[in-house]
Amino acid sequence: MLLVVVVFIVVNSPGWERVQATFFSFEVFEERFEQLVRAFRKNIQIFLIAQVLVLIGGLILAVMRSLHSPVFFPIRAAATIYIDIFRGVPSILIIFLLGFGIPALRIPGTTTEPFFWAIVALTLIWSAYVAEVYRAGIESVHPSQDAAARSLGLSATQSMRYVVLPQAVRRVIPPLLNDSIGLLKDTALVSFIGAVEIFRRAQIVQAAEFNFTPYLIVAVIFLLLTIPMSRFVDWLVARDRKRQMAGAR
Amino acid sequence: MSAEVTGASGRSLGAEAVRIEGLYKSFDDLAVLKGIDLVVAEHEVVCLIGASGSGKSTLLRCVNLLEPIDAGRVVVEGEDITARGVDIDVIRRRIGIVFQAYNLFPHMSVLENITLAPLKVLKKPKDEARSDAMALLKRFGLVDKADQYPDRLSGGQQQRAAIVRALAMQPDLLLLDEITSALDPELVAEVLDVIRELAVSGMTMIIATHEMGFAGDIADRVCFLDQGQILEDGPPMQLFGNPQEARTREFLQRVIESGRMGGQAAKHMRIDPAPSAGTAPTREGR
Repeated sequence: MLLVVVVFIVVNSPGWERVQATFFSFEVFEERFEQLVRAFRKNIQIFLIAQVLVLIGGLILAVMRSLHSPVFFPIRAAATIYIDIFRGVPSILIIFLLGFGIPALRIPGTTTEPFFWAIVALTLIWSAYVAEVYRAGIESVHPSQDAAARSLGLSATQSMRYVVLPQAVRRVIPPLLNDSIGLLKDTALVSFIGAVEIFRRAQIVQAAEFNFTPYLIVAVIFLLLTIPMSRFVDWLVARDRKRQMAGAR
Repeated sequence: MSAEVTGASGRSLGAEAVRIEGLYKSFDDLAVLKGIDLVVAEHEVVCLIGASGSGKSTLLRCVNLLEPIDAGRVVVEGEDITARGVDIDVIRRRIGIVFQAYNLFPHMSVLENITLAPLKVLKKPKDEARSDAMALLKRFGLVDKADQYPDRLSGGQQQRAAIVRALAMQPDLLLLDEITSALDPELVAEVLDVIRELAVSGMTMIIATHEMGFAGDIADRVCFLDQGQILEDGPPMQLFGNPQEARTREFLQRVIESGRMGGQAAKHMRIDPAPSAGTAPTREGR
């Protein structure tokens, strides 16, 4: 209902015809869609590489934060500080700092390649988010599981590796996928440090055509990927719920 | 009635297996164990009875060092396991524990539950770990459950699987922490039968239990825990038949009234047991 009202107001507004021409041009859409899909491959590359690194980095951080012994206080504290910082600063700042800052240092052997720094920045940021997801999973495994493993003679590491983590990871797959969607969307941010991916390409096209339709194309392309991912998460959650109900006979 | 003092069950007892001396344990301000002294011989079965919160579970968890102790010491086969620098992972291999809530690993099949520690801790070859586990499963009637996941098993089967998991490490000492308390009454007997068989085969056990009938049947010695101390201990016939302490009598009276007394314990007390689903058949003709 609300949607109908909004559409009505928008379509009948005085500037609608102008907006329609600049944002919803069918010709531009048809002409540029393929080009932008090609540019999107760069986003996918960044996403896939960063995703693998994030899943590993996040897991390491989560395990560091889950060490209980007082001996490990410095490790725990380091992981906590790291997560606080990288979750607390806007992503774009970290991308700027790494993408412009490190190349400016001109340290021999370092690259100025924006794709490289894009992947590094997104990995650093999203590892912090993902670490907290893993940690929630680790804490959701009842301590009696660890107690059972330890009383069989398994070391703390073995208990984590064989008993706690497999259960923890299984439980947090849906929230992990949610963070994947976030990471995928964040790949558009790396256009700001000069990586020519879909958003940067859309800007270039927009400047050439004096038409904003390319941005609409970008939105559509992202949605084509993120909506199925969201539905997949829903399906996983529903399946888990069903399983739990079956388990609680 | 010949060997009551050293082995009320008639089993011949061996050398000292466990010695607990002056054990204290608090959780924050709550003192749970206040000076426990207990010696258990090889092949001996000791039952800990007492109200909830009397410290039975905590005592067991202190013996395999799941809970760090505040004072005192625990000596297993002559080795002070509470001394500094002891590798507790090595100690725990020799002490099995079975929990009230089974604590099977839900993401592993029964067989994987059982072979995990032999594979990862004892570094047994895969074939050997597997065949040893299958032999144990066969002995306890669970062979057809080997590839099932725990949530497909009944409570009794899960608890038997948990016992097998502990046995797979070939422990010298087995601690049983109210292992039938979470079970439906009709499933209690199958688990208690397993423990009986273990007792007959000579396993040294410390058992925290609410099953008085079972304790009366199986124990060489019954210890009554009250407010963190062993108030009274002795052969079941003595403790159930002629308790010395007023608090012991009070506790046993409450147990009888709740209908959870049965088997030999009731016989010792010369009180007709109330019909109790949770007790095992009496072992006659000893």
